[in-house]
Amino acid sequence: MGVGIQVEDLNAWYGSTHTLQDINLHIPANHATALIGPSGCGKSTFVRCLNRMHETNPIARATGIVKMGEIDIYRDASPVEIRRRVGMVFQRPNPFPTMSIYDNVVSGLKLNGFRNRRILDETVERSLKQAALWEEVKDDLKKKSGASLSGGQQQRMCIARALAVDPEVLLMDEPASALDPVSTSKIEDLIFQLKSQYTIVIVTHNMQQAARVAENTGFFLNGKLVEFDSTHKIFTNPHDKRTEDYITGRFG
Amino acid sequence: MSSQLVNNQPLKAPRKPSRANTLHRSAANYLVSGLAILATLLVLAPLAAILFYLVYKGASSLNLAFFTHPPTPVGEEGGGMANAIIGSGIILALASLMGIPVGIAAGVYLAEFGQGKLLGNAIRFTADVLNGVPSIVMGIAVYSLVVKQQMHYSALAGGIALAIMMVPTITRTTEEMLATVPHAVREAALGLGVPKWRTVVSVSLRTASPGIITGCMLAFARVAGETAPLLFTAFGNQFWSFRLNEPIAALPLQIFVYAISPYDEWHRLAWAGALVLIALIMVSVTLVRIFANRGVLKGGS
Repeated sequence: MGVGIQVEDLNAWYGSTHTLQDINLHIPANHATALIGPSGCGKSTFVRCLNRMHETNPIARATGIVKMGEIDIYRDASPVEIRRRVGMVFQRPNPFPTMSIYDNVVSGLKLNGFRNRRILDETVERSLKQAALWEEVKDDLKKKSGASLSGGQQQRMCIARALAVDPEVLLMDEPASALDPVSTSKIEDLIFQLKSQYTIVIVTHNMQQAARVAENTGFFLNGKLVEFDSTHKIFTNPHDKRTEDYITGRFG
Repeated sequence: MSSQLVNNQPLKAPRKPSRANTLHRSAANYLVSGLAILATLLVLAPLAAILFYLVYKGASSLNLAFFTHPPTPVGEEGGGMANAIIGSGIILALASLMGIPVGIAAGVYLAEFGQGKLLGNAIRFTADVLNGVPSIVMGIAVYSLVVKQQMHYSALAGGIALAIMMVPTITRTTEEMLATVPHAVREAALGLGVPKWRTVVSVSLRTASPGIITGCMLAFARVAGETAPLLFTAFGNQFWSFRLNEPIAALPLQIFVYAISPYDEWHRLAWAGALVLIALIMVSVTLVRIFANRGVLKGGS
């Protein structure tokens, strides 16, 4: 089951650039939350702070409190533990090119030393079914490289890979921006099904997509969270003028 | 920022290329392709010439005894270079065992951990300088560092000299090949909660492995034919020797000794030795390639 995330006074920097300023936000469990905003507004940095990927960049740092359930992820746990519990899907599909489809899906388990064949087999089937890819690849699991699939299939494989480690939260950083409309709608259906079991945070440039999949939406601008509310409210009756300007296409 | 206007003038429809223009373009295309093919042939020509000349000069002296017997004194029939072939194998195995792990480890440090650090820059600079050190200098250095301490020439000293020559090539190739691994692939592993060291070993190194293997093979092939660093280290040996702390024969040394001798019979053996040396390098490089390509999946990039 998913857990909720409480963010308090989160600040983040790249070098001397203050990319995130005083973010306060509660992301509810087992719901999809969309983050929108123009390029460079800090949405991606924000999700990368939720699984401590932000700090893999040597010049980056972050301060503040991020609580996942009862755990303060910056104080009570190591980055490696947090990333096992908070899965991430990136903007461009990033399969491991040297691994088969099978090995790609269970890479999170195998690279952490898990070797039980029966459980690995079950995990591959379960995750690929969750990601709606099982029927398309079940005959080539060990024969084909993960990089041989089409872009949309690769992205669903990457979702399966994130699900295989059984995370509680799934972060998606523009998961469909490199995909065609058919693959995009498959990914959206997927988010719809997955949100009953996982807490999902999705960054998107596509406002219709946010409206379709997410219960709550946050609007970021210049490193600040301008507004956070139910998706319906944000898109029909936003509180802030800047939000309204953005969703009506007056800037950005 | 409108794409419709250039200097405030509406874009004209592109002119249809004239027939002369088309002819000109395809002529240029053929010319450049032709030049590229010519350059390829020019690159291949010396290799083909060397191989052909070695076969022409050396093949007639090759027989079973060449591969099974050590050298005989001048005038005596039936000598070979078996001990030099084995000796070269031992020295190269020693050099690879020492040079490849050190070279790859240093390359991994440069690419994955030492970016922008003082130590990283120092290692990179050292590797580049070491790459330019003449091999005879390497021989003298190892002579004073190892041979003088041990008080005798040895296979081990030869292996150390060649290992030091292998390291810079392998280090720099490893670094460059790791730099070609997309950052997104590393992030994928880190995002799954895979520790950094495991990401480096199982993802970065594995993705870059074809290039790294090529680098190791290049370094291996380069030192396999080196004579100068072995003159003062392995020294050479007219008899069988399998001990690491005794002087040992090596193909390049044997070729050198035979080639500068005044005897025609030895000259012929030197040609045969050169042919065998080239053939063995080609065979070992090919074997490693075949072995490394096994188990590569369809459709990988």
